Amino acid sequence: MDVALRAARAALVGNPNSGKTALFNALTGAHQKVANYAGVTVERKEGLIRGTGGRTLSVLDLPGTYSLRARSPDEEVTRDVVLGRLKGEAAPDVIVAVADATNLRLVLRLILELKQVGRPMVLALNMHDIAQRQGLRIDLEGLERDLGVPIVTTVATRKRGVDALIARIEQLAAGWPTEAPAGGWTAPDASTIRAAHREAERIMRAYVRPPERPDTLTGRIDGVLLHPVGGLAILLALLFVMFQAVFSWATPMMDGVEATLGWLGVQVGAVLPDGLLRSLIVDGLISGVGSVLVFLPQILILFLFIILLEDLGYMARAAFLMDRIMGGAGLHGRAFIPLLSSFACAIPGIMAARVIDAKRDRLTTILVAPLMTCSARIPVYTLIIAAFIPDRTVAGFANLQGLVMFGLYAAGILSALAVSFVIRKVFWRGAVEPFMMELPAYKLPDAKSVAFNLWLRARIFLERAARIILPLMILVWLLSTFPYPPEGATGPAIDYSFAGMIGRFLEPIFAPIGFNWQMVVALVPGMAAREVAVAALGTVYAVADAETATATLASTLAAQWSLATGLAFLAWYVFAPQCVATLGVVKRETNSWKWTAIMVVYMFGLAYLAALVVYHAAVALGGG
Amino acid sequence: MGIMSEVIPLSEARRGARGRIVQVGGASDGDEHRAELERRLLELGFVEGARVELLHEGLFGRDPIAMRVDDMRVALRRHEAASLTVQLFAEAAE
Repeated sequence: MDVALRAARAALVGNPNSGKTALFNALTGAHQKVANYAGVTVERKEGLIRGTGGRTLSVLDLPGTYSLRARSPDEEVTRDVVLGRLKGEAAPDVIVAVADATNLRLVLRLILELKQVGRPMVLALNMHDIAQRQGLRIDLEGLERDLGVPIVTTVATRKRGVDALIARIEQLAAGWPTEAPAGGWTAPDASTIRAAHREAERIMRAYVRPPERPDTLTGRIDGVLLHPVGGLAILLALLFVMFQAVFSWATPMMDGVEATLGWLGVQVGAVLPDGLLRSLIVDGLISGVGSVLVFLPQILILFLFIILLEDLGYMARAAFLMDRIMGGAGLHGRAFIPLLSSFACAIPGIMAARVIDAKRDRLTTILVAPLMTCSARIPVYTLIIAAFIPDRTVAGFANLQGLVMFGLYAAGILSALAVSFVIRKVFWRGAVEPFMMELPAYKLPDAKSVAFNLWLRARIFLERAARIILPLMILVWLLSTFPYPPEGATGPAIDYSFAGMIGRFLEPIFAPIGFNWQMVVALVPGMAAREVAVAALGTVYAVADAETATATLASTLAAQWSLATGLAFLAWYVFAPQCVATLGVVKRETNSWKWTAIMVVYMFGLAYLAALVVYHAAVALGGG
Repeated sequence: MGIMSEVIPLSEARRGARGRIVQVGGASDGDEHRAELERRLLELGFVEGARVELLHEGLFGRDPIAMRVDDMRVALRRHEAASLTVQLFAEAAE
């Protein structure tokens, strides 16, 4: 294609924490497309901007890295795009190396590596205002001359230097022929890295004068937040506040979502004639998608905390504080963030496991993430607890129902630790991967960028709900609607449907753990998404509108099930991998059916075992 | 700068220790795992001549450790720190 016609392509490359994404947002504003790279699940963030000449400029935000010698899937994408090796991805015309002006040493080494690639490059010296405030002097002209790379100073959060950067990129792109660059990059060995460090050190000495007023704030804050005891206490307090927020602040919003969807269902129901189409739209689509949409407020609040703590620079500290505690179970300190996200929903948690550069640790994290009590379990837990656990105070202060809820959360966490310990012993034979990470300087999060990231998360969640969950809900609706009950049938329609048949067929398998056939029928649609089982139980026991009339359903269940059965059902729900969307994401993230299968088998195995033990223990204690 | 004294593996250093890295990795004897660790330490700025200071220690077993490496901060486990040899500055060895 003619260079003059197609959009010029620029790719942002830099160390983690260099403000690369902030610069990307400043460059592209809201004109961003977020997708995945073909074949891998690394997020591809591209933005189109109209350049000075009216020509379109495409900007790609590549994952942060310290070297092109990639170790994680993210870093491999950066390497392959820069080298023009990634299938289906055109090589960039211009590389924009993004550097934190206050932390140049490591990025200089990366720039030396990038220069070998032989593509036109511009260095965006970001956070230049902070460097100036610290009295850090950089001889820009000298540095430019020595590196042979043009430099533009930027302050991404204030949009400063952005126009100059765009102009530079266009200028470089215009002068560049389309054929492959003559240069070559080879993975550096230890001695090459050492030589590059010496070169970077020489450049630092020649052109960078150390700051007159270095940042001492980060050190002072770390003195408190990384204190061996105090730091952990603060982390726990933070988690407590976070969960309080997720569960109490979200409630009004969740009620709002439910009310809106209920209203929508009624409106549509009133317009459409009674029949298959109405059933599909109201029972299948609106209530099905609604059962997922209702978690959006919780997910957004959780992500708000995660984004704030990440932008602040705290997440690396949390990983530091938790490393030894999680390391005992064979988990990486960085697994803390993905596992934390999994309390809202395992899907963003599993995707967040990409920050773990050690392959085995990443896989272990993905495999145990669904054991964290996600918000989809809450409706089920709430229902069963309301039905079987008396609402009374024990030991003078604790509410028994609350205690059981807490116990279920603890069971999830402890089993995740135990499973990762076993995974390490069985699959990795005890091998330990290194833990090392930069602790970035603390920065005040930028409100606009936080809001933007939050919006991005919401969009990704909604798109996923539409693409994965919607078709599944239609499938579940089909299974529980067809075939129709025969003329004069007395039981609920679901008894005669495919879901009912599957339930009766599977009943003998579940009889030893105390489940009756109605429960198994409810579990069939519940395989698609955990919380759907509540609505399905309502249908089976012919309680209309089970989601809002939990109290009615709870009293029905209390009358129909024994205590042992109720407790076994809870135990089952701690472990069972009843979320097709999660399984889909695990398959994509691990790129392996084998690991997905291992996860399904171990989780069902644990669920069955746990329910079996709980059921028989409860029967033996007189709860049968 | 201080007077140079003790040479120890970084994994044995205590909070407050300051010094200079004198060796990264050591003989890898063709062991790919150790060679890879050496490259990764180098990429994070742990290079011979770099000034280091042990800033913080974890609660359990004083592990992991937070280091200042020249002008950045890095966290790592003592297990990895064993591959780094440092020469402590005299005043910190007191």
